[in-house]
Amino acid sequence: MSRTLRAGGLSLRFEPRSALVCGVLALVAAGAAVLVVGSGEFPIPASDVVRALLGQGDRATEFIVTTLRLPRAVTGLLAGLALGLSGAVFQSMSRNPLGSPDLIGFTTGSATGALLQILVFGGGAVAITVSSVAGAVLTALAVYLVAYRPGGGGVHGVRLVLIGVGAAAMLEALNSYLITRAELREAYEAAFWLTGSLNGRGWEQAVPLSIALAVLVPAALALGRPLAMGELGDDAAQALGVPVQRTRALLVVVGVGLVAAATAAVGPVPFVALAAPQLARRLTRRAGARLLPAALTGAALLACADLISLHLPVAVPAGVVTGVLGGAYLAWLLSTRKGTT
Amino acid sequence: MLSSVRRTPVPRPGGPGGRAGPAAVPRRVLRWGGLGLLAAALLLTAAASLAIGAEHVPPGKVVSGLLSPDDSQSSLIVRELRLPRTLLGLAVGVALGLAGAVMQALTRNPLAEPGILGVNGGAALAVVAVMSAFRVDEVLVYVWAAFAGAAGAAALVYLVGARGRGGASPARLVLAGAAVNAVFTALTAGLMLLSPRTFNGFRFWQVGSLGGRGMDVLPRVLPFIAAGTVLALLLARPLNALGLGEDAGRALGARPGRTRALGAVAVVLLCGSATAAAGPIAFLGLAVPFIVRAAVGPDQRWVLPYSLLLAPVLLLGADIAGRVVAPGELETGIVTAFLGAPLFMLMVRRGRTRDL
Repeated sequence: MSRTLRAGGLSLRFEPRSALVCGVLALVAAGAAVLVVGSGEFPIPASDVVRALLGQGDRATEFIVTTLRLPRAVTGLLAGLALGLSGAVFQSMSRNPLGSPDLIGFTTGSATGALLQILVFGGGAVAITVSSVAGAVLTALAVYLVAYRPGGGGVHGVRLVLIGVGAAAMLEALNSYLITRAELREAYEAAFWLTGSLNGRGWEQAVPLSIALAVLVPAALALGRPLAMGELGDDAAQALGVPVQRTRALLVVVGVGLVAAATAAVGPVPFVALAAPQLARRLTRRAGARLLPAALTGAALLACADLISLHLPVAVPAGVVTGVLGGAYLAWLLSTRKGTT
Repeated sequence: MLSSVRRTPVPRPGGPGGRAGPAAVPRRVLRWGGLGLLAAALLLTAAASLAIGAEHVPPGKVVSGLLSPDDSQSSLIVRELRLPRTLLGLAVGVALGLAGAVMQALTRNPLAEPGILGVNGGAALAVVAVMSAFRVDEVLVYVWAAFAGAAGAAALVYLVGARGRGGASPARLVLAGAAVNAVFTALTAGLMLLSPRTFNGFRFWQVGSLGGRGMDVLPRVLPFIAAGTVLALLLARPLNALGLGEDAGRALGARPGRTRALGAVAVVLLCGSATAAAGPIAFLGLAVPFIVRAAVGPDQRWVLPYSLLLAPVLLLGADIAGRVVAPGELETGIVTAFLGAPLFMLMVRRGRTRDL
């Protein structure tokens, strides 16, 4: 169901259901973030959190909220947003719901970069961010190059994904190697990080992430139309005037950038990139890549996973929660006949 | 021969047992000869595995360490460290190579592999869960846990991958396996991270390795590996019939349902015991049948025995390479991943994308 709004020469397609879903998703994400801020050793009721965020709380609450806990919530929201968006980009490009960056090695490569920095070079937060981004970019470049076949129609979506699965397996072996070689305490921290966690995230993670997203999110949204056309098939998209290979290269750059930024901040959180676009598609009941709903779903998912991990009796990183939720999601995909690849 | 990647296994009329023409006899001799050569290679690799390592032991001492054990250091190293490790490598290699071959025949998919499809990951998760929940050190308990995990994972991957139009295409099965494997990885990590102590116990286990496993592991898993091996070898003919496709196979009197069920039992037995014994090791089950098919063609009556002999050669080779390459040893599972993943990518690259 879509309506067209016209005002003079301008016309805008407007989809009431999508808009409603986006609004609800944004509310869920914001609500979960507020509850995350309120959770911890010193619980704060949601109303006090909102008051403190608006600058009307008392001093102590305001300190806890804005300095200690807000960066964690913001990092979770932004990382979820980035993961959902990049998942939508890659799934649409490979025309396969399982072709998401967490399965095809980009997330793993990013983690390898960060692990090298944590365990071998011992760099700080900035260095970890840089090498995490470098890891993702190098992995993507390698996967892209191996998948490229001049005679075989350039880079084929599914081939890209399968090559990525191979690369992921190799990088996981490298990550295990690094973990087994490190001192126990360092290795434990690194393993925690490898699972994807929001524990102890501060503004030093949230600020670089928001800067990266300020560039990458508009770029991804701008590429939404050629991306949607690409789903018709390379030939059809070409016929509609989309420069297929160039668009794909640009999309890979943006998608990898999003994954790398998110992974640098929160570690390789599994399944958000896989599940968010699929859930968004079912919520909006629209076929194809819905970038904005997917991004908002990602933010809501990660914020909710973090909230759950904060309220579990044992200290479990958010990545385990998303992993379990991802498993449940797969089972659900199994039980419905619709969710075929 | 690399183009055989996408070909479904179809027995050739001129193969062994077929009396199609005069060419059948020489080829058969050639293949038996090849099998003999492989057996010789296996003996050599096993000998090398006894002789090579961080501590230099001269060949004479290796022999005397085996035949007339004394209390010298080299004798102890050979008997207590290298012999169990080599025997474990033989058993695990046989199990993973055969499991890969059977999986590829069952799914008619050259990319099927216990590591990539998450079967080893499921077994590993079950072992970690049982070990951390009940704090048991009884090997048999986690062998059974590994069977349960492997069976659950195999069923799950097949259900996810085989649904929908067109059944389980190679790409879809691999993707389903990767997704299921990601769930297992997250859960295993969650269990490991409960405390630094459990983490320390498992961080070495979860990298597949032949070294540092207890002496009591091998005798416990050996009966299961033997059972799985016999079952797999008995399935050679039915698997050939299955390779012709559902309808043609049925017309020839094959019972696809029974073959699949028995094949799945063999795979679970082999993968479960291999993972319980050595931790998750990937890509061996991919590489071995691939190389074997390139050499002897798609007839399972040759593919299975060749895989059985070639896999331990490669696994022990990888283990020896790991001992030599890096100071302080590279785990076997890491070496196989680094050698096997590029092969996997090459196979994907060469495959016709229409099928993917």
